[in-house]
Amino acid sequence: MKFFRSPQATPYLLLLPAIIVILAVVLVPLLVSFWTSFTSYNLVRPDSLYNFVGLRNYRRLIGNDDFWWAFGRTVVFITIALNLEMLLGLGLALLVNRITWGQRTLRTIMMFPMMFSPILVGFQFKYLFNDSVGLVNNALFALNLIDKPIPWLVNGWLANFSIIVAEMWMSTSIFAILLMAGLLAMPKEPIEAAKVDGCNAIQVFRHITLPFLMPFIWIAMTIRSLDVARAYDMVKIMTNGGPAGRTELIWTLMTRTGYQNAQMGMANAMGYISILLSIAFTIMFYRNLTKARVFMGGAQ
Amino acid sequence: MTIEKPWQRWLLRITLFIAMMILVVPGAWVVLTAFRPNVEVMARPPVWIPEVWTLDNFLGIFGLLPDRQQGLPVERYFINSLVISLTSTVVAILVGMMGGYAFARYRFKGKGALFLSFMLSRTVPGVALSLPLFILWSKVGLIDTKFGLILVYMAINIPFTIWLTDGFFRQIPADLSEAAQIDGCTRWQAFWKVEFPLARSGLASAGIFAFLTAWNEFALASQLTRTTASKTMPVGLMDFTAQFTVDWTGMSAMAVLIIIPALILTFIVQKHLIAGLTFGGVKG
Repeated sequence: MKFFRSPQATPYLLLLPAIIVILAVVLVPLLVSFWTSFTSYNLVRPDSLYNFVGLRNYRRLIGNDDFWWAFGRTVVFITIALNLEMLLGLGLALLVNRITWGQRTLRTIMMFPMMFSPILVGFQFKYLFNDSVGLVNNALFALNLIDKPIPWLVNGWLANFSIIVAEMWMSTSIFAILLMAGLLAMPKEPIEAAKVDGCNAIQVFRHITLPFLMPFIWIAMTIRSLDVARAYDMVKIMTNGGPAGRTELIWTLMTRTGYQNAQMGMANAMGYISILLSIAFTIMFYRNLTKARVFMGGAQ
Repeated sequence: MTIEKPWQRWLLRITLFIAMMILVVPGAWVVLTAFRPNVEVMARPPVWIPEVWTLDNFLGIFGLLPDRQQGLPVERYFINSLVISLTSTVVAILVGMMGGYAFARYRFKGKGALFLSFMLSRTVPGVALSLPLFILWSKVGLIDTKFGLILVYMAINIPFTIWLTDGFFRQIPADLSEAAQIDGCTRWQAFWKVEFPLARSGLASAGIFAFLTAWNEFALASQLTRTTASKTMPVGLMDFTAQFTVDWTGMSAMAVLIIIPALILTFIVQKHLIAGLTFGGVKG
C-alpha cells in the first residue's frame, strides 16, 4: 500500500483506468479468440468451445484458396488505395495552399467527406454506381458516352474499381488536411533562399517542401493504417464480397465465416491473421515516421 | 512567390473547382435525394435538381405518413447513438487525458513499452475484435446493451486520445505548472488552472475524433446490438436494404440525419482540428 502513496506511483495511478479498460475490452477478448482459433468452436454448438483441435484451423486456412485470394486482395487494395490517396491528397493540399483568398472556406469544403461514416459512404456509392438509377450511369448517358448501362457493382473488375473509388473519396481529404497542416507549419525562409539561388518550382518542391512534409506524410499513413479495416463497412454494403467473391476482403470473409457459417474458431484464426497484417502496416509506417522525424529537429 | 501568368492562375482555379466538385457532389447527391420524391429517383431521363422538394422521406422513416407503414424506430436509434457516443467520448477524454498527462510529465519504468502497447491495441481492427467480443459479451450479458457498446468505444478511443493529449501536454512548458506550484498551488490546482486551459483546444480535437469514431462505427455495433435497446444509427441504416432492393429515398433521409450532428460538431471545432492532428502526432 505504501507504494501507492509514494510520488513514483502517480503516473501508474493516472494510467490505471486506461490500462483496465484496454485489458478488459481488447486483451481479454483477444486471448479468448486466440483460444477459440485452436478449437472447432461453432456458434450453433456452444460446447465446441472446449473442443481443442490444435492447429487444424490454421492448416485449413493455409490450404484455402478463397482465403488467400481475400488476403492478397486486401493487401493490394490497401496498397493501391493508400498510395493514390496520399498522392491526390498531396496534390490537393499543394493546390489549396497556393490559394490565398478564401482558403479557409476551401479547407472546410475539403473536410466534407471526413464527416461521412464508412457505412454511409458504402450506401452512397452503392447508390451512385447503381446501374439503373445511379448518378454515374445517368451522367454518362447524358453525355452520350454509353448506350447501355454499365454494371459497376456486378462486374468483378468494375466492382473492385468502384470500391477503390469510394475508399479514395472518403479518405483523400484526410491526407489533404494533414499535409495542409504540414504546409502551414512550414517556415518560409528556406524556400525564399532557394529561389534566390535560382531553383525552379520543381527543384524547390523536390529538395525543400517534400523533405519537410515527409513526417506529415508518414503520420498520415500511420493514422490511416490504424483504420485500414474501415473498408469492411463499405465493402459489406456495396457488394458484400460479391460478385462471386470477387471483392471479398479478409474482413468480409471473416465475418461471413464467423456469423453466417457459424465457424467461429476458423473465423478467429482469420482474425488473428488480419490483426497481424494491420500491425505490420502500422509498424512499417511508424518506423518510417520515426526515421523522418530525426531530420525535423525540435521536440523528439 | 513568383508572379504567375494569367493562364496558370486560371488553370489552378479550374483544377481546384473540379477537385472541390468531386469532393462535394457524391455527398450532396445523397442529401438532394433525401428531399426528392421517389418518382424522381426512378425518372428517366434523370432529374438533376429536384423539381419537387418534399419532406415525405423524413416523415416516412418516422412512420408519420398515413399511407405508408414503413416507419422505423429512428428516434430510438438516434437517442441510442447520441447516448453511446457522448458517454464514451467524455469518459475516453477523461481517462485518455490522465494517461496523456502521465506520459508527457512523468518518467517511469516501462513507459516506452506501455505507450507502444496502447498504440498496438489500437491497431486491432474493429471487425477482428467483433468476433471475440461477441463471444465474451454474450457470456457476461452485455450483448444488446448500451453499456456494452460504450465500453467498447471507450477502449477504441482511449489510445488515440492518449496519443493526442500527450503531444499537447508536451507542448506546454513544464515551467508554467512549476511556477504555479511555487506560488502555492498544489499540483492538482496547477493542472486545472494552468495546463488544462492551455490544452483545451487539443482536447477539443481529440473529443471530436472520439465522437465521430463512435458515432460512425458500424462493424462492432452491427454484431453487438440486436434490438432498439441498443441499435445505433449506422446499424439502423441497414433496415433499408431488402434482399435485392434499397429504398433510396428513405436511406438518403436517414443518411442526412446521421450527417447533421457530425457536420455541426466538425464545423464548430474545425479550426482546432488541423492543429490537433499535426501537433499531437508529429512531435509525439
